[in-house]
Amino acid sequence: MTQPLVAIEGLSAISTRDGGAPVLRDVSLTLEKGEVRGLVGESGAGKSTIAKALLGILPSTVKVTGGFIRFEGRDLLTMPRRELSDIMGRDITLIPQDPQTALNPARRIEAQLTDGLRLKLGMSKKDAHQRALQLLDEVQIRNPDRVLAAYPHELSGGMRQRILIASAFALNPKLVVADEPTTALDVTVQKEILRLIRRMQEAHGTAVIFVTHDLGVVAKICDRVTLLYAGKVIEHGATVDMLTAPRHVYTRALIAAGPRYDRPNAGLEPVPEAVFRQLRAEVGLAERGI
Amino acid sequence: MTASDLLNRLFMAVLTLAGVAVIVFCLLRIVPGDPIAMMISPSATPADIAALRAHYGLDLGLPQQFGIWFTDVLKGNFGTSISQRRDVMELIGERLPATLELAFAALVFGVLAGGVIATLGTLARRTALDPALDFINGLFLAVPDFVWALALVLLLGVFWPVFPLSGRIDPTLSTYFHTDFYLIESLVTFKFSAFGDLIAHMVMPMLALGLPLAAIVVRTLKEALAEAMVQDYVLLARLKGMSPLRLVLQEALRNAVGPTLTLTGVQFTFMIGGTVIVERIFSYPGLGNMAIDAVINRDLPLIQGIVLTFGAIFILVNILVDLIAAWLNPRNAHG
Ligand SMILES: Nc1ncnc2c1ncn2[C@@H]1O[C@H](COP(=O)(O)OP(=O)(O)OP(=O)(O)O)[C@@H](O)[C@H]1O
Ligand SMILES: [Mg+2]
Repeated sequence: MTQPLVAIEGLSAISTRDGGAPVLRDVSLTLEKGEVRGLVGESGAGKSTIAKALLGILPSTVKVTGGFIRFEGRDLLTMPRRELSDIMGRDITLIPQDPQTALNPARRIEAQLTDGLRLKLGMSKKDAHQRALQLLDEVQIRNPDRVLAAYPHELSGGMRQRILIASAFALNPKLVVADEPTTALDVTVQKEILRLIRRMQEAHGTAVIFVTHDLGVVAKICDRVTLLYAGKVIEHGATVDMLTAPRHVYTRALIAAGPRYDRPNAGLEPVPEAVFRQLRAEVGLAERGI
Repeated sequence: MTASDLLNRLFMAVLTLAGVAVIVFCLLRIVPGDPIAMMISPSATPADIAALRAHYGLDLGLPQQFGIWFTDVLKGNFGTSISQRRDVMELIGERLPATLELAFAALVFGVLAGGVIATLGTLARRTALDPALDFINGLFLAVPDFVWALALVLLLGVFWPVFPLSGRIDPTLSTYFHTDFYLIESLVTFKFSAFGDLIAHMVMPMLALGLPLAAIVVRTLKEALAEAMVQDYVLLARLKGMSPLRLVLQEALRNAVGPTLTLTGVQFTFMIGGTVIVERIFSYPGLGNMAIDAVINRDLPLIQGIVLTFGAIFILVNILVDLIAAWLNPRNAHG
């Protein structure tokens, strides 16, 4: 078998902010080239921590206590700063959660969309402009000249997220990390954005780590899924297998709870307390309320 | 801000100034002290005094005095100074440029010094330099302008006399100026020796007025920058390989200046007030210094004129700050 694109091995981390509480517990997962991997789990499960670790932007209050993150065989955690910043923004990029705060309100779209091209590839202003037009066409933005000259507040949320997607794929990265990229959007826009990410990912042959709460979203876009609870991997698997034949009781309970298991009122039936008790025992957590 | 907003603000400004005029006039009549008593010679007879009172209109009733003064002010005539026997507008016109140059220099110094230090502090986040900077800045925040003035007199005037202690320009420098904006005029007419001398005289009062402003700019701007630096767009720019300095200046600064700008406007008006005492300490021939003389002499028309001038400056600065804030906000410029 060829080398996986990403291999996280036994990754553990604690939060110094919360008195050394474990944030990740011996997490291992591998990601093949061009695969879309869902990271699912309730709030605080450690999804964003994994995403940040992949981007080398863990907060100073989160300390890695063990494990590796190999990207094309090289450990990101021990890599010299210079090499790491070569990879980040070029081979590994980010689609952020909130398109409101991810674009600088004081700079025109063109400047923000071409930053990476100019800084990482050393493109001229003119070439970067051409490439920006191409990218906007790729993400189906119709009047690219007007959009490039616009400020973020002149564009809708969906439009902004398209631009951020264009920006994430601009340098043909090998891995795109998307941390809940549709949570902040209207339901109708969400679907288009999901389709767009999938299409871009296929066209560029890019692997995607897709963080979400929503099993419905997982079903639409992910090839494989990793389910986390309290920083521990509960179940891995191909999306179809996991949604149709879940092995763990927690997975089964989540599916029964409906696509938005994080919103109990919208779901069919909430995850039973017994399941949580079993989970806590497995993870090694003391009883602590919900 | 639209054109009609601006007109509205200017109209309000005129109303405010009229209010200020009423208040100043009333306050000055309540405060004890007789301008005539300050100017007569001991040999004056009661008849002389009565004649003088009549000459300056002080024998009329208060409402009448106010009516005369106010209609004159509306015509642009602020009356005649009692102590100097010259037109108030003329006197103010001679002194105001010196004060404006000083205040503006202090403003530029305060904003630049504060901006640079806030930027350095932001770049030095999570190093030992950052808390050290905050500590020193905390000390600077606690020292008011007149204390700086006295400390500077001792330090740079007496112990290590590098700067002239008083005045605006060396009287032996035989330079003729066409305007009262000496600093600007010497610069645009390439009179560099005069320019250098003016700057040397200005350094200490400028520092006294500018250092407290710098400290406030550091604190406000650093706080706003810290908030901006954790925004997602800064994170994305950093991932794209943007240098730390560009992250601060290009990504964060423009979005962080808002509160600093507003506060600088407020501080600037305080600073204009501060020129009164600081100009006195350095015998700097500005409007503030003249204000103290006017008060000592109970020179009512001159005090009224100076207060209205200060009031007009305060209001103009506030309007200007709002204009700049609107111009800086892309939402307004292109919405
Ligand atoms: N800046 C931080 N410093 C220290 N600990 C943190 C920090 N951010 C998050 N944590 C802790 O890390 C744990 C995992 O948080 P994480 O953000 O990875 O969860 P998540 O799965 O992304 O949750 P959500 O669905 O709410 O985004 C939590 O227990 C949280 O308290
Ligand atoms: Mg998260």
